Amino acid sequence: MNSEPLLQATPSGDVLKLRPEGPWTAANVSVLETLSRSVGADVGRFRAVTLDMSGVSALDTLGAWVLEKLSRRASSSGRSAEFVGVADHFSGLLDEVRGVNRHTPALAAAPNPILLRLSDLGKATVGAREDITIFLQLLGALSMAVIGVLRHPRSMRLTSMVYQLYRIGWQAIPIVALITFLIGAIIAQQGFFHFRRFGAESYTVDMVGILVLRELGVLIVAIMVAGRSGSAYTAELGSMKMREEIDALSTMGLDPVHVLILPRVAALVIALPILAFIGSIAALYGGGLVAQFYGGMGPAIYIARLHDAISVTHFEVGILKAPFMALVIGIVACSEGLRVKGSAESLGRQTTTSVVKSIFLVIVLDGLFAIFFASIGM
Amino acid sequence: MSEPQKEFAIRVRDLVVGFGRQTVLDHLSLDVRKGEILGLVGASGGGKSVLMRTIIGLIPRREGTIEVMGQAIGGRRQGAALTWGILFQQGALFSSLTVRQNVQFPLRENLVLSQELMDEIAIAKLEMVGLLPEDGDKYPSELSGGMTKRVALARALALDPPILFLDEPTSGLDPIAAGDFDELISTLQKTLGLTVFMVTHDLASLTTVCDRVAALADGKIVAIGPMHELLQSEHPWVRAYFHGKRSQMLQHEMR
Repeated sequence: MNSEPLLQATPSGDVLKLRPEGPWTAANVSVLETLSRSVGADVGRFRAVTLDMSGVSALDTLGAWVLEKLSRRASSSGRSAEFVGVADHFSGLLDEVRGVNRHTPALAAAPNPILLRLSDLGKATVGAREDITIFLQLLGALSMAVIGVLRHPRSMRLTSMVYQLYRIGWQAIPIVALITFLIGAIIAQQGFFHFRRFGAESYTVDMVGILVLRELGVLIVAIMVAGRSGSAYTAELGSMKMREEIDALSTMGLDPVHVLILPRVAALVIALPILAFIGSIAALYGGGLVAQFYGGMGPAIYIARLHDAISVTHFEVGILKAPFMALVIGIVACSEGLRVKGSAESLGRQTTTSVVKSIFLVIVLDGLFAIFFASIGM
Repeated sequence: MSEPQKEFAIRVRDLVVGFGRQTVLDHLSLDVRKGEILGLVGASGGGKSVLMRTIIGLIPRREGTIEVMGQAIGGRRQGAALTWGILFQQGALFSSLTVRQNVQFPLRENLVLSQELMDEIAIAKLEMVGLLPEDGDKYPSELSGGMTKRVALARALALDPPILFLDEPTSGLDPIAAGDFDELISTLQKTLGLTVFMVTHDLASLTTVCDRVAALADGKIVAIGPMHELLQSEHPWVRAYFHGKRSQMLQHEMR
């Protein structure tokens, strides 16, 4: 038995005799490809080709296909090609291979790059409209569920909501407090460093207080919640969708919006203002520490300045935004979760989309609120 | 066992496998001859899949030896795909790859060959398992249960391995599709000269395609032989399995 496959080509008159030898198997595929390519050019110059199979010691689908391809190339231009000396145990495989690859599916023509760009743009436009529709649909379904709960308060999934509250609220407190504390400290340090040059150090407290309470506290917390809890919602609902759990719920006569989405969104709407409050206080505390150790301003002065600089209005402006941001994060996360298709890749894609989209919308919403509050003079 | 060693594709000797305190396989011995289709039956949760997974190295064993094609196995090996192909119960197709890429995956990872040849082989394999070349561009989530099994079979056969493991190949298929699948396996087994190790509950598959049937009970092989011998077996579990109400009904219908 040969360890290397061979292919001998002997021309005799008009006929090209090919004699493959040795193991024609997948393990030797690179040799087989070279062999068939080297003979391939010769095949066209003869009127007939015979393949003498008596020397083949082992054959598998791949080897049989390479030989079949040679014989097809020979017979394609009206020449004759035949297999001779086929051992009994190979004939079944050769017959099988003879039947395959007879019609190649029409390959999609390479698309025109400009048209491709245009069609992508069109799809993105339609997709954006679809996004808005889905958002509004879910908002509507959620409102219906809320009305249902108001009518029959017992139908609220209280256990589920409390559990979600624990996960996204209580468990998030340490990390939220730590990050907002650091942000507050950094803002205060920058304030002292730059305001010192024109002797306006004391205004640092005004800056920290207003910035944190009006904008940063709630914005940072909302972005963190979108990354931490929104992604979890999308992944949970997505894998439930993949395993047909959501279909199972519907067939039992339960509304997935009522059972799965309402408790989650409600928990977010309750938790985000609380987290934003904790975050703001942590940021003010961080600013106070920097004021004492870096700016040389004692706690009593810091608190007194803070008292003068900020009013309840600033706090209200910040905290009023929180429930709306929570609603946006919750709806985006849940709707992206429900759009997951069968594959693992789609779950990953929807989770990414959910986080990116909810952070984007939170910032847009913040901008709209800024305009709104400015125009009503808050 | 007087037959020479090279007659066997798989030899399992005194295999012990367990999890924690529980012993699933207790000094089990089993020989699979080259070129046969062996069906393995056993109670649900009785260790059939554990035996299969132990042979292919997914579950560690406590004692005993396993030889595949004359080579003792231990741990994960390079080129395992050249030795065996495995059809998992749920197909286990890679969901982010198309059908064609799924079939090409073992080729790509184990061999060096041109993309053109790889495409042709993939289509050839798909046609051999009764699918259309057009199906090659679909994703696994777009396939029906029967098609998933066929694609999984095409992937298992991609490298023409000498041994094919099938874990409940006909479960979840309608009787017509299951019959077709049985026929397909038997045709491919004849053409490619495969050894097939099949875990199944399908009495029709056992009767029509299996050369021999092994019954696994209490962690041991309690009976092995052609179907008609197993029907005569006196072992209480084997009797209960083949002469229970459901089986009787089926066998009666088949006669």
